[in-house]
Amino acid sequence: MTGAIFVLTVMGLLLGLVIGITVKFFGTEPDPKVEKIEALLPNANCGGCGFAGCSDFARALAGGKAEPNQCPSTNTETAAQIAALLGVALGVRQPKVAVVLCGGDNTKAAKAALYNGVNDCRAATLVAGGAKACLRGCLGLGACARACPFKAIEITGASLAVVHADVCTGCGKCVATCPRKLIRLVPTSATLHVLCSSPEKGAAKRKKCSAACIGCQKCVKAAAGAVSMEGALARVNYDHQPSPPGAIAEVCPTHCLQPALLDVTPVPTPAASASEVAHA
Amino acid sequence: MADHEIRLPDPGKLIVSSSPHFADPQTVQKIMLTVILSLVPACLAGIVCFGLRAAGVLVVCCVSCVAVEALAARWLKRPMALRDGSALLTGLLLGMNLSALTPWWICVIGSVLAIGLGKMIYGGLGYNPFNPALVGRVALLIAFPSVMTTWVTPTPGQMLGDAVTTATPLGTLGTLHRWVPDQVMACGGQALSYWDLFTGNLAGCIGETSKVALLAGGLFLIWKKLIRWQVPVCFIGTVAVMTGVAHALAPELRAPPLFHVLTGGVILGAFFMATDMVTSPMTGLGGAIFGVGCGVLTCVIRLWGGYPEGVSFSILFMNALTPMIDQFTAGRPFGARPGKEAAP
Amino acid sequence: MPDPWRFHGGVHPDDGKALSAQGAIRKAPLLEKYLVPLQQHIGAPPKLVVAKKATVRRGQVLAEPGGFVSAAIHSPTSGTVSDITECIGPGGSPIPAVEITSDGQDTADTCLEPIADWENAAPDVLKKRVGEAGIVGMGGAAFPTLVKLSPPLAKPIDTLILNGAECEPCLTADYRLMLEMPDRVVAGARIITRILGVKQTWIAIEANKPDAEACVRQKAEGTGIGVQSLRVRYPQGAEKQLIYALTGRKVPAGGLPMDVGCVVQNVGTAVAIAEAVLDGKPLYERVTTVTGTPVVNPGNWRFRVGTPFRAALTLAGGVKEDPAKMISGGPMMGLTVYSLDVSIVKSTSGILLLGPSEVSQFRSGACLHCGRCVDACPMLLTPATLSVQIENERFDLAEKWNAFDCIECGCCAYVCPAKRPLVQHLRRAKAEIMVRRRAAQAAAKR
Repeated sequence: MTGAIFVLTVMGLLLGLVIGITVKFFGTEPDPKVEKIEALLPNANCGGCGFAGCSDFARALAGGKAEPNQCPSTNTETAAQIAALLGVALGVRQPKVAVVLCGGDNTKAAKAALYNGVNDCRAATLVAGGAKACLRGCLGLGACARACPFKAIEITGASLAVVHADVCTGCGKCVATCPRKLIRLVPTSATLHVLCSSPEKGAAKRKKCSAACIGCQKCVKAAAGAVSMEGALARVNYDHQPSPPGAIAEVCPTHCLQPALLDVTPVPTPAASASEVAHA
Repeated sequence: MADHEIRLPDPGKLIVSSSPHFADPQTVQKIMLTVILSLVPACLAGIVCFGLRAAGVLVVCCVSCVAVEALAARWLKRPMALRDGSALLTGLLLGMNLSALTPWWICVIGSVLAIGLGKMIYGGLGYNPFNPALVGRVALLIAFPSVMTTWVTPTPGQMLGDAVTTATPLGTLGTLHRWVPDQVMACGGQALSYWDLFTGNLAGCIGETSKVALLAGGLFLIWKKLIRWQVPVCFIGTVAVMTGVAHALAPELRAPPLFHVLTGGVILGAFFMATDMVTSPMTGLGGAIFGVGCGVLTCVIRLWGGYPEGVSFSILFMNALTPMIDQFTAGRPFGARPGKEAAP
Repeated sequence: MPDPWRFHGGVHPDDGKALSAQGAIRKAPLLEKYLVPLQQHIGAPPKLVVAKKATVRRGQVLAEPGGFVSAAIHSPTSGTVSDITECIGPGGSPIPAVEITSDGQDTADTCLEPIADWENAAPDVLKKRVGEAGIVGMGGAAFPTLVKLSPPLAKPIDTLILNGAECEPCLTADYRLMLEMPDRVVAGARIITRILGVKQTWIAIEANKPDAEACVRQKAEGTGIGVQSLRVRYPQGAEKQLIYALTGRKVPAGGLPMDVGCVVQNVGTAVAIAEAVLDGKPLYERVTTVTGTPVVNPGNWRFRVGTPFRAALTLAGGVKEDPAKMISGGPMMGLTVYSLDVSIVKSTSGILLLGPSEVSQFRSGACLHCGRCVDACPMLLTPATLSVQIENERFDLAEKWNAFDCIECGCCAYVCPAKRPLVQHLRRAKAEIMVRRRAAQAAAKR
């Protein structure tokens, strides 16, 4: 018994000594500046800054190779704190927010067929483009919601992706995920969106979706420069925002023109996993 | 041609999915039921040998495993998967791995451990790293060592006879620490022949005694291509070779290979436990490595370990190595240049 | 003598060919309107060269190749370009299309002259004709044939294989072609042989079509072209497996048949090449199987490109019951289609309908590690492991486990007892990896 205790004690001491010596000779001192910056960053590793995660960005900042406002996911105060820490001026930045430019949920957009397959948007587009009649509509299978590091995207009960603007940091990770390219980064000041992305002719769209932009141009007249036509599709000019938006949105016969959602509730349910299979 | 009479497909009823659009008729449920069917001869042999007590143990294990699966699925909010038959198979295998004298409440505890600890906490069928029936059996063996090693003398044909406890040949060998054929090959005062070992006229777990019934079921599964022949062949072969060498080196001390193959759970383990799809490797080569590993570990435990029997432990240990074996034996793609790594 | 080299794995599904194998190929009557998609091949989209309201003749060029890997598209009949619109492509994405309204005359365009003396014509003249006729691989992949017939100098070709395996169940278009036009099959083979200047040419046919094999063998006698019977095993007609079965050469992973000196062409493509050279006829029609248990009169028809599925199914007498799946191609690799307005294109080998009782749906279930998919995979991959990695969105691991070597033959998902959508997982992984690669390239450029 005593022998065992003795052996273990000696072993512990010896190993401790080895670790101590290794650290002494081979260890590197962490940069306190990098550590402080890292503590201020969101550490969600969204990649919105263009670096490989928050630590990488923090090192780049400390080395003067990046600007504090490059991180889309910090608010202005935090960015100012980082700038103060580095002793540099904080540049002007335009905070952005993501928006899904489709309003055709299950209750509005028609289904052309039944889908049986992996619960993922890109997987569905590889199979006859999913089963939605509109080939430019949100598939609602949650690829963007799964990709969002901040859990800011909700898939509604009617299978439509909706960005919660109060949680979204504008990192842009979802933009690259959507196989139908329906997500756009817009200034947080945006007050109005055209929730349709289909360039098809109005009559064709109306058959497939009751929330489609039918190209009636009523909003173009009402908004005085804030909305313009791009073929058969109205597009909001995000540099020129009207206020209040409500009055303009009311002219839209299909309610495709919508005021930006600001007071949204936290995301209730997580998106379905990609290991689930939709059964027809 | 009258166009109005021609009926065309209704697009709203069409399913879109990925190819392939044909599927083999084999399903998980059919696989499980076929395995259960292949175990029926061994179960019947056990019941003939050990009477209705054995049937009771089997029934309690099956019913409680299915019940535990149902309760766990409800509690964990998982889809009910009773129809796949896997819980029933686990129950049957657990019962076959117990003595006919096991009290009912120990059977229930074993089922809770097998299904709960062995399967459901990992996410259900397909996610469990270890064979659930063996998890249940080994947990019981550690928790109730004396109950789990109390055996009954076989009384073929007597369904309701009195239970006379006895030792298994392997147990006797373990206590004696030497190969004395007259003492080891005895059961309830009668001398055993190798024929008795083969047909199942010896003490032991309900399902492991009758080698002839087990072989019939095992060969049926190999014919049906539901198990890989490499696993049982390598498992049994390794046991035979290793114990053969040990016997040749010390005939006074070590039992002959035929004794080792025909006693304990080697045949049951090799054909039905080590071949469990979820917890054994996916390729033939992997199965061979797995079988050899099980055989070596079984012999190490039997020859030098503290337990007289090592089949369960060896299979559980090899279950833990299965992902590694799978990675190691993954094929190089068709046309891959030699030297290119098959898998990371 | 069956094929000397057997490929690993494969499956043996019910071939279902009896439904459509009996009747001769029929000619589809002229329609009032054709909707011709402007992307019928792998590669660059072609450039439209006709305007709306233009008058066109049958075989006139509607769109010219938009690059090296591209192909021209020709008008299926004479008439006017009534609309330039879009249609649902075979993959479900919208693609531009030209609507041709027939004038009922079906006047042929005469800009392509038959090359009567093709046996002495220069290989380059013949090769040019393949390009002019807009020929693409007609087995399903629709790869522009001209590209395959223009191997780089660094890759000498010594073997041509005509693929008459038709290992896809239910389809009989190639079988009927070999039975009814063996002279054209052999002529096509000889033209391609001349273009490539190869030493050996094989026509490979699965052993379940002995009558077609006998027809082709008779016509091939004395031409130096070998006819080889192959083991009946899906996917015997997959390019890499076919080359291995005939020559024992293994196309390197990630490589092309030309890396081992081989070119593989479908027998349908060979017939199209023969027609382009002998008759001066561009590729504006093809033989397509319309089949499936719900179809009233299954069979093979010669359809013009741009024929809507609706017209094809009407010709086959419609359906007896509402089908659960409509497939463009065969049951193992075909794509599901949900619109009757989808057009037959150059690569549509079949229209297959499956009744509700024949369709087995994919399910969300865990992998049992049974290893049946590993045994079935002709590319020796591990679909079980790959699918779990992909479910967990670990595309980096999937790439390391050689997801890109998957040929999407469907053997793994066919044998899976848990009915997991393995092929869709693999296709998703490939698409995701490509998206990531492109993003990484774009980031590197910045």
